Amino acid sequence: MAIEVRDVSKSFGSTPVLKDVSVDITSGSLTALLGPSGGGKSTLLRVIAGLETPDAGTVTISGVDATRLSPQRRNVGFVFQHYAAFKHMSVFRNVAFGLEIRKRPKAEIRKRVDELLQLVHLEQFRDRYPAQLSGGQRQRMALARALAVEPEVLLLDEPFGALDAQVRKELRTWLRRLHDEVHVTTVFVTHDQEEAMDVSDSIVVLADGQVQQAGTPQQLYDEPASPFVMSFLGPVTRLDGRLVRPHDIDIATSPEPGTVEATVNRIVHLGFEVRVELQARSAAEDPEDVWVQVTRGTAEGLRLRTGDTVHLRAIPSALSLTV
Amino acid sequence: MTATLDRTAAPGATKAPGSARVRGPKSPGLGLGLAVLYLSLIVLFPLAAVAWRGVEGGPQAFWSAVTTPDSWAALKLTLGASALVAIINVVMGTVIAWVLVRDRFWGKGVVDALIDLPFALPTIVAGLVLLALYGVTSPLHVNLAYTRAGVVVALLFVTLPFVVRTVQPVLQELDRDMEQAAYSLGAGPGLTFRRIILPNLVPAMVSGAGLAFTRAIAEFGSTVLLSGNLPFQTQVAAVNIFGRIEGDDTASAAAVSTALLVVSFLVLVVLDLLQRWGSRRG
Repeated sequence: MAIEVRDVSKSFGSTPVLKDVSVDITSGSLTALLGPSGGGKSTLLRVIAGLETPDAGTVTISGVDATRLSPQRRNVGFVFQHYAAFKHMSVFRNVAFGLEIRKRPKAEIRKRVDELLQLVHLEQFRDRYPAQLSGGQRQRMALARALAVEPEVLLLDEPFGALDAQVRKELRTWLRRLHDEVHVTTVFVTHDQEEAMDVSDSIVVLADGQVQQAGTPQQLYDEPASPFVMSFLGPVTRLDGRLVRPHDIDIATSPEPGTVEATVNRIVHLGFEVRVELQARSAAEDPEDVWVQVTRGTAEGLRLRTGDTVHLRAIPSALSLTV
Repeated sequence: MTATLDRTAAPGATKAPGSARVRGPKSPGLGLGLAVLYLSLIVLFPLAAVAWRGVEGGPQAFWSAVTTPDSWAALKLTLGASALVAIINVVMGTVIAWVLVRDRFWGKGVVDALIDLPFALPTIVAGLVLLALYGVTSPLHVNLAYTRAGVVVALLFVTLPFVVRTVQPVLQELDRDMEQAAYSLGAGPGLTFRRIILPNLVPAMVSGAGLAFTRAIAEFGSTVLLSGNLPFQTQVAAVNIFGRIEGDDTASAAAVSTALLVVSFLVLVVLDLLQRWGSRRG
């Protein structure tokens, strides 16, 4: 294990932020700490980095108990949401900072920094100042700066949170590829489930200061431990009192055993995907709003119109949880 | 003008000529005119009048007025004491700003409000306070009356707010993540202060020091009581000028004033250049 977090608790004032959290991070993995804001994921990351001290519990990094170590001595690289660029230093000096304070020979520093700038595609910006870079470029500089000291673990706190959607997608693909090249154990915090599923090998879902579930993206999607995890890891809807994925519902034009009658309220065409919003009337429950995700072909085959009465049923292989 | 417009306009562009430039809601003429008129009446004309009065006798007369032994001594004392005061206050002002922004202690709000007091106080009142505290009858048994140290203390007192008030907002806005990034890269607190925090404070410190310096060379009220105005010893330039005016020698008073004016102006220009140089690095 690269990182072992054991029974860590942390309160800010009287507000508990982490409650008995235990997490294992495998060496060389790319792990996402996923959860809603205020769930404690950033605090957990900062506890691992030594930027916060836990009230109870231990943090072990590469087999060494780091709980009482200062951040300087943990050998972790940390990347902040708002870049934390050293504004008064050029890109080169920013990346070189960690090596300069370790008093490495000048020639070695220059070589290493140039390599890193090449890795993050900033070699032509080496003499610019952070103010002259875009957000995405600043974040790549921050990554190079963190990697320069060859950290044992790389921690990223919502690294793409301040960037616009397009750059965010580019950067996360790029982070994935970078990780495949560099192989440093990486933990990143995000509240975006798509980002977590897209980039990481494993996901730890944190909410209310507790680990809700940990596993591979596939495991979490297919075998969610709770309705919360299920609804956080992808779209869900309610049918007949159960939580179902909206693509796991069949629409039929005539009643069959186990179907629920519903009225089509709205049909939204989203290119390939069609989103059908309905009101279902099952025998036991009050009328409930349901939405179903179908392909364009299916929607056309059913000749759906607003106001139509149809019959809904979860497909046999559907995952469903009682709420 | 038209040539550049023609070159930049794409063929078939439907924009009317002149619409390429974005205009403010009103023409800028009125505001600019008002600002220039006001500045001229309040600042520029009086300064020009003093400078004119100072040099109207020719460079020879100007130079001999400035280098009269008592004026020269007063100017040297004033510039030396002001430089010393600026240096002391740039250090202490930064320390105070740091404590006010970063530390938590009881009564912080009161201390914060107190900083401006030396500046808000009429300077003659400041002089009176200092005389009562450090005068011949000092309750602290620190007698600074009629000494150059007294001049320096008086100047320290009135110029304290400048560095504190220029550094404080910068320190408040300083990105704390930057420091934490430095820590995680292996830098200790001392190194982080020197390499990360201080460079970001320097422009504010320089500008505060400049303001303190220029304020100090013009100081009259706070020094006049404590220093005793002994020519060649504790007489500052402003008092020297006042003495010349009382002696009905306005020409040489204007010359010494012009000398002070030039020094202040030079300091402000250098500061402005430093600021521009600093802001280029963003």
